[in-house]
Amino acid sequence: MKAFSSLLDRLVLTPARNGKIRLLKDYFRDVPDPDRGYGLAAITRDLEFRMVKPAMLRGLMAERIDEELFRLSYDYVGDMAETISLLWEGDGGEDIRLCDIVDILQKVSRIDAPAVMVDLLNRFGASERYALLKLATGGLRIGVSARLAKQALAGFGSVEVTEIEELWHGLEAPYETLFAWLEGRADKPEQAALSPFRPVMLASPLDEASLEEMQPVDFAAEWKWDGIRVQTTSEGGERRIYSRTGDDISRAFPDVVAHMGFEGSLDGELLVVREGVVGSFSDLQQRLNRKTVSKKKMEEFPAFIRAYDLLQDGDENLRPLPFAERRGRLETFVGSLSDARFDVSELIKFNDWSALAEMRASPPEAVIEGLMLKRWDSVYVPGRPKGPWFKWKKDPYIIDAVLMYAQRGHGKRSSFYSDYTFGVWTPEGALVPVGKAYFGFTDQELKEIDKFVRDNTVERFGPVRSVRAEADFGLVFEVAFEGLNRSSRHKSGVAMRFPRISRLRWDKPPGEADRIEALEAMLG
Amino acid sequence: MKADELLHPRPEGLYCPVGDFFIDPVRPVERALITHGHADHARAGHGHVMATQQTLDIMGLRYGADFAGAVQAAEGQVNVGGVVVSFHPAGHVLGSAQIRVEHKGMRIVAAGDYKRGVDPTAATFEPVPCDVFITEATFGLPVFRHPDPLEEIGKLLTSRAQFPERAHLVGVYALGKAQRVLRLIRDAGYGDVIYLHGALAKLCDYYVHEGIELGPLAPATVDKGLKDQFAGRIILGPPSAFAAKWAQRFPDPLIAFASGWMQIRARTRQRGVELPLVISDHADWRELTDTLEELNPDEVWVTHGREEALVRWCELQGMAARPLHLVGYEDEAE
Ligand SMILES: [Zn+2]
Ligand SMILES: [Zn+2]
Repeated sequence: MKAFSSLLDRLVLTPARNGKIRLLKDYFRDVPDPDRGYGLAAITRDLEFRMVKPAMLRGLMAERIDEELFRLSYDYVGDMAETISLLWEGDGGEDIRLCDIVDILQKVSRIDAPAVMVDLLNRFGASERYALLKLATGGLRIGVSARLAKQALAGFGSVEVTEIEELWHGLEAPYETLFAWLEGRADKPEQAALSPFRPVMLASPLDEASLEEMQPVDFAAEWKWDGIRVQTTSEGGERRIYSRTGDDISRAFPDVVAHMGFEGSLDGELLVVREGVVGSFSDLQQRLNRKTVSKKKMEEFPAFIRAYDLLQDGDENLRPLPFAERRGRLETFVGSLSDARFDVSELIKFNDWSALAEMRASPPEAVIEGLMLKRWDSVYVPGRPKGPWFKWKKDPYIIDAVLMYAQRGHGKRSSFYSDYTFGVWTPEGALVPVGKAYFGFTDQELKEIDKFVRDNTVERFGPVRSVRAEADFGLVFEVAFEGLNRSSRHKSGVAMRFPRISRLRWDKPPGEADRIEALEAMLG
Repeated sequence: MKADELLHPRPEGLYCPVGDFFIDPVRPVERALITHGHADHARAGHGHVMATQQTLDIMGLRYGADFAGAVQAAEGQVNVGGVVVSFHPAGHVLGSAQIRVEHKGMRIVAAGDYKRGVDPTAATFEPVPCDVFITEATFGLPVFRHPDPLEEIGKLLTSRAQFPERAHLVGVYALGKAQRVLRLIRDAGYGDVIYLHGALAKLCDYYVHEGIELGPLAPATVDKGLKDQFAGRIILGPPSAFAAKWAQRFPDPLIAFASGWMQIRARTRQRGVELPLVISDHADWRELTDTLEELNPDEVWVTHGREEALVRWCELQGMAARPLHLVGYEDEAE
């Protein structure tokens, strides 16, 4: 537990991604199985215990300390687990193995829980008590996403992170087979789980200047739909819908899942489609970020998959095949599915780039945000390889930026954090503010953002709060604006004209928001 | 006589009307008795100052030789206008003292800042029997429990091994904390050169002169183009320097801060500290309450810090206590 609690103490205070990865790698190196695996699961919040509640802990404190002294302490510290860990008498100084703690917490009944917690708290020092309380109450929020943990694992074993991502859904804490492989003591674990996540291939933004060197015959063109990218996989009766970072979002889309009676894995766009007409992104938002969904919502906002690619067809892995071949297989594959829930993304016929540019300027439907260009010979590889796939967005004045600061509004919005400063990434990997906006969202969205701000405040300066904004955690805004000027007054060197929030991208990891180079390119 | 008649708060500080002197006045006065050299307790410009020889030396180093009209080193019992005054070690920093005043059978001890833990850089706190004990309450909440300082220093040395390419910048206040941290690093077995920000040099030299070994030290000046010479090195500086350009000269600096405040995660985060070292020169909650139990005075007066909780604790023990509400002492400068 000592190794785990000191890891937590360091992780929360280490801002740099690479620093966090180093700490995790050292932890994996120094801590034996199965403790390190449980530590990892705790950090990625794949370990959950239910028997210890904050009210129970308050009760334990009430028996031990004067109410007034407790109140003064809690007011000062601001965090319940931390307050208790510091107030608890004694400094047991024992070091109990994390696997034993996990075992105890998993087996304890609600009735025994108080006595068990008292015993553990007595045996620990303050730092271990804090870790125990956070672990037991499910409050471990330490700025390490599953993705970062996977990168640390990849670094630890010198393998590609996509290899870890691919295995991840078949693995369970304490991950002993995984560590054995990463340490070169065993073969790579078989992907035993049905319907695993297959790491996604992404496109780079198109630099129009490079069109000159690109041959139109080498590329397929498709519309880029304004939904969210998903992977729809069904194998051996196991049906899953993954976000593009590998989160399982199946439960929110039973209407799609019901029609996944196939054997294979599709890459596509999740949209709301009513009788063939694609709904707006805000329609789709009615279905996002939910654990469950009502029947009414499903009828009002029916979910639909527009398929881009076929990754797996029965037993056959199609990813090593060229896009042209996969595309043919895709059409046959989707042809046998319910057309109320699935169709194939249309290929656009074009002879030269200027004809395509014209179509891009006036797409047939409003919910198209641009074009995708894919080399006919491209194999499907995870990540964002440079060259085979490009996205060519319709509106040059749209970027994805990360929420950095929020300020209280005025008038009827004075109880909300409603003015937002957002930023993009610098080459050094930091965020630099590029603009401020306070409209473009609905009242409901305002409430959601406000909650996000309050739950993820890093610091307060008067009416302003800084908000967690890390590559793996934060809130991405799609920001639309009318133009861009150079500005020496702004640290970023650019100033936006009439920026507004055109969309909330809860689905997008901040690390994939735009970079300052993208804005500089818009300056021309 | 009543305790209030012997000592009571005035805007300038704690005043003794019988002897016509102030203890740790925050404004210039005619006659001042000073507990220790921290700037908020020891100010320049008084007519006459009485303090330990070391505190007088430290004030001389900080403010120049003419920091007061006249000075007097405290030794044994001294009669000041009919009040018997004596100085006793407080364990806070080099030269720090509690001040005991006695008149007509009333004995008051103003402890100034103090701690009870082991510290080779300051003379150990001496419990002095009294009727009224004036205690500080900088860390006067039961959540404050300072851990073993050697273990905290261990964290610094571990981090150095873990991040050998990063310069380790440790924030310390110039008087007391700097030298204590240096001494602890040496006691933990680290013998390499430790680099100092210019603001720390004078007081470190003084500690060495007073017989406290601090090991090899050098100024933290970077040779042009040799940024990497500080990779994995330990550099001590005042915390204010870390926010300034000064810190940028070091390779990928890792900011540590040695302070009792570092026990609270929110404060650590607020200050942008990556490596908190909970090392304090003030008494923690247990030291405060143990001291009050040990001395068991008729009355406790509580000053700078979290008076409320300590007064509440006294109430629960049936001990008479009240806050003094003195102003001008810095909470943060620890
Ligand atoms: Zn002091
Ligand atoms: Zn003080």
